[in-house]
Amino acid sequence: MSSSNDSIKKTLTVALLLCIVCSVIVSGAAVALKSQQAANKDLDRKTNILAAAGLLEPGKSVDELFAQIKPRVIDLNTGEYTTEVNANSYDQLKAAKDPAMSKALSNSEDIAGIKRREQFATVYLVEKEGKLDRIILPVRGYGLWSTLHGFLALESDANTVIGLGFYQHAETPGLGGEVDNPKWKALWPGKKVFAEGSMNPELHVIKGSVDPASAGAEYKVDGLSGATLTSRGVSNLVQYWVGSEGFGPYLSKIRKEGV
Amino acid sequence: MADTPKGILTSPIFANNPIALQILGICSALAVTTNLSTAVVMGVAVSLVTAFSSMFISMIRAHIPNSIRIIVQMTIIASLVIVVDQLLKAFAYETSKQLSVFVGLIITNCIVMGRAEAYAMKNGPTMSFIDGIGNGLGYTVVLLFVGFIRELFGSGSLFGIQLLEKVNDGGWYLPNGMMLLPPSAFFIIAGFIWLIRTYQPAQNESAEFKICPNTQAKEAV
Repeated sequence: MSSSNDSIKKTLTVALLLCIVCSVIVSGAAVALKSQQAANKDLDRKTNILAAAGLLEPGKSVDELFAQIKPRVIDLNTGEYTTEVNANSYDQLKAAKDPAMSKALSNSEDIAGIKRREQFATVYLVEKEGKLDRIILPVRGYGLWSTLHGFLALESDANTVIGLGFYQHAETPGLGGEVDNPKWKALWPGKKVFAEGSMNPELHVIKGSVDPASAGAEYKVDGLSGATLTSRGVSNLVQYWVGSEGFGPYLSKIRKEGV
Repeated sequence: MADTPKGILTSPIFANNPIALQILGICSALAVTTNLSTAVVMGVAVSLVTAFSSMFISMIRAHIPNSIRIIVQMTIIASLVIVVDQLLKAFAYETSKQLSVFVGLIITNCIVMGRAEAYAMKNGPTMSFIDGIGNGLGYTVVLLFVGFIRELFGSGSLFGIQLLEKVNDGGWYLPNGMMLLPPSAFFIIAGFIWLIRTYQPAQNESAEFKICPNTQAKEAV
């Protein structure tokens, strides 16, 4: 290499030119592919919501199936519907990090390990013949290694579980990762969230397997073997999000007066 | 090493494998090999990045000031990796979600940097491109080998198609959970290196020191 390459002038020129060329390429790719990426993300979210509600049918387009689902925003403090944010563009996870749109949780409140809770949450309602059929709630909480993100679907009585599914987590494959196992997920439908006549969350994951004949079996789900902390995390996040800090006020309103 | 294009393309696959002989790029080989489909995508991504970064670096090698050559290489590699990451997010969203942070980490993959510094700085663009593809293939072969074993024994499937029915799903096969954890990749890569060196004894390194015989007195029985 000739020594003229090492002059200050040449060094600066090469660095500057390289930066310009590279930044043009990178920003060009980002801009050109943005709409495609946003569409993918949206499709992914819709698929997850449909899967949790048990509405996913192979062969049918996700957008078509999603048309029956109505996103609504509620105020978690009061449980009322709100129009302060747009249900279609509201990003709940972003809001949870924004101090103006969320509140910090104290240790005793924060059983799900999420640190901050947003004020507004999006719920997804499925209506059939003008009547509420299913309620899909976004849930999240800490397991062993990671925050699990998922959806919990309830029937119109706001008590019976239709399904629970996680779309993002990083638990140990083969152990905690079994939260994705269809056989384990099949244990959830039909379980009851709240104890008879109260709004105390009762549903939890136990250690070992549930004896169907025992009292309160409808409030218990088998634990994942070898994944105590993930099971506990799932249990806590379900309890948190249906509890008074989460969707509790909203669900109790639905139970009292319908939608 | 042969200097023909064909030799440069094929020698890194077994004779001069980047992972087995050069011992580069092991970190990502541990992370993305729990199933074959991510291993394939990762292999393709690394091959393309290595090939194109080597080519671009080789094209401007006569103008790269020596004092900032590493930074110049990194800038080119990083730009290409971002482009690959964006493409994956747009056209292979599911896979890109599984690969997550490891696409970005191709930037730090020693193979890319190693080939740029060792080969592209001294050779022409075409040969550098071929060299990049060749080393990418060598990397891919190891990923496929490791991914095959890990997915088959760890989850009883290949490319996501269930071959061995798992006990959890009512079958007979009890998956080997260790195969899904990173340490298993170390064992498998070691086994791969052993295999290669058995068939190509020229790759065996001579010992750097001799182990002295045990001089301690034996205990009386």
